Amino acid sequence: MIPRFWRKIKYRYSLRGTHCKNCNSYFYPPRDLCPNCRRKGIIEEVNLPTCGRVLSYTVVWGEKGSPYVIALIELENKVKILSQLACRPEEVYDGMEVECTFRKYGEDGDAGIIYYGTKFIPKRGDGYVSKE
Amino acid sequence: MRVAIIGVGCSKFGELWEKSFREIYLEAGLKAIEDAGIEGKEIEALYVGNMSSGMYLNQEHVAALIADYAGLAELGIPAVRVEAADASGGLALKEAYMAVASGIHKIVVAAGVEKVTDVGDAMKIASSSADQEWECFAGANLPALYALIARLHMKRFGGKEEDLALVAVKNHKNAVNNPIAQFRREISVEEVLNSPYIAEPLKVLDSAPISDGAAAIVLASEEVARKYTDTPVFIECAQASDYVALQNRKDLLTMNAVVKAAREAYRRAKVGAKDIDIAELHDSFTFAEILEYEDLGFAEKGKGYELIREGVTEIGGDLPVNTSGGLKACGHAIGATGIRQAVEIVQQLRNEAGKRQVDAEVGLSLNIGGTGATAIVTIYKR
Ligand SMILES: [Zn+2]
Repeated sequence: MIPRFWRKIKYRYSLRGTHCKNCNSYFYPPRDLCPNCRRKGIIEEVNLPTCGRVLSYTVVWGEKGSPYVIALIELENKVKILSQLACRPEEVYDGMEVECTFRKYGEDGDAGIIYYGTKFIPKRGDGYVSKE
Repeated sequence: MRVAIIGVGCSKFGELWEKSFREIYLEAGLKAIEDAGIEGKEIEALYVGNMSSGMYLNQEHVAALIADYAGLAELGIPAVRVEAADASGGLALKEAYMAVASGIHKIVVAAGVEKVTDVGDAMKIASSSADQEWECFAGANLPALYALIARLHMKRFGGKEEDLALVAVKNHKNAVNNPIAQFRREISVEEVLNSPYIAEPLKVLDSAPISDGAAAIVLASEEVARKYTDTPVFIECAQASDYVALQNRKDLLTMNAVVKAAREAYRRAKVGAKDIDIAELHDSFTFAEILEYEDLGFAEKGKGYELIREGVTEIGGDLPVNTSGGLKACGHAIGATGIRQAVEIVQQLRNEAGKRQVDAEVGLSLNIGGTGATAIVTIYKR
């Protein structure tokens, strides 16, 4: 897990994706090859919008740290991201506006390394106060 | 060249604590060879579907190991392992089908095997069919990913948790009469609805178990098949793939790989969805069976719920689905499931399904890897 994690770190610590200039598609996670244009695609790295809305969600039970919320989020430019939603299970609803933040995901037992990554939180300004 | 199944065999599915990996597949393989009435020396190649012997058992190179332990080492036949998560069995079937259809081999064996009860976290290994870096890292497991699709679909088309429960109830009822099934007992809608959530809206009793088990079939060219049996079952098989991670799929309410594999299998078999009399589907979660009704063309998009509500897919209905009990109640021995489905359809088409018997001439099986990144559809005809 460790090399695989750190190799992609810049994509986990900020919402970096890729964009194909040939067909104007955005990708998250970043892709080197466009599935629409393949070798004719022209790929560039871009920052993705950090706000979006909940397309679907589920509350996971029976896993470490559960219950927690997993959501499929559609960003403002229609890119979809699967992420944990840092809120209480009863707070989430379809269409909820959310924004990106960086939170702890877990740690590697023996190595003691703490993993951080993108999570989403209910959008501030909705009167939401994060507990963390 | 037409391809026929001439022999089938299955171990029991379930928690086979007392049996080793080798014992399980040997049992299935011997039954299939005996059923076909062939000699071991007539087998020209072996295709094995297995998802994770490495993670489950610390044992790789299992195709040669199986050939070896099955007494085929002196013959030196090619032994090939294929992997497509829980579609590994279906993929072994497809590779075996192609080997015979091409004319290169006349008699081959396709097998599937998984031994999961020797390790602790079977769900974590099964969930490795999803994207580890971009799905599982976020805390998603297989039930969570299916739940995300299920919520969207149910909301859009008016599906209820009771509808999902009906799938589990039906499949458990069918398993009662299947001697190899893991759960040979009926359950009620209330029991399903009262079982705890694992990933809302999916509950414990919406989920297939992760089981031990093995299954094997013998395939032959038409000419050879006719020498061995009066009841060859002819097959056509097709496979398709899709984005692994849900977030990359344009339409979450359709499993594109299922649509594509079905279209090609129907074309090769010269049949349509309306011609199918019986099907074994991939109900790793109850919701998946409903989605598959639609993507195989048994129901229009959004109307899958009607088939289960109206009893169409029960034994006695117009299109019985999962007469074996399905993954839910027969058990889901990951890499063995795709072959186990073939065993059920062949037994049904040969009128050997005992109390589960339905009247059928054309059958279909659908084996899926993970959340649908691999789909294999096989059509069977007497
Ligand atoms: Zn492109």
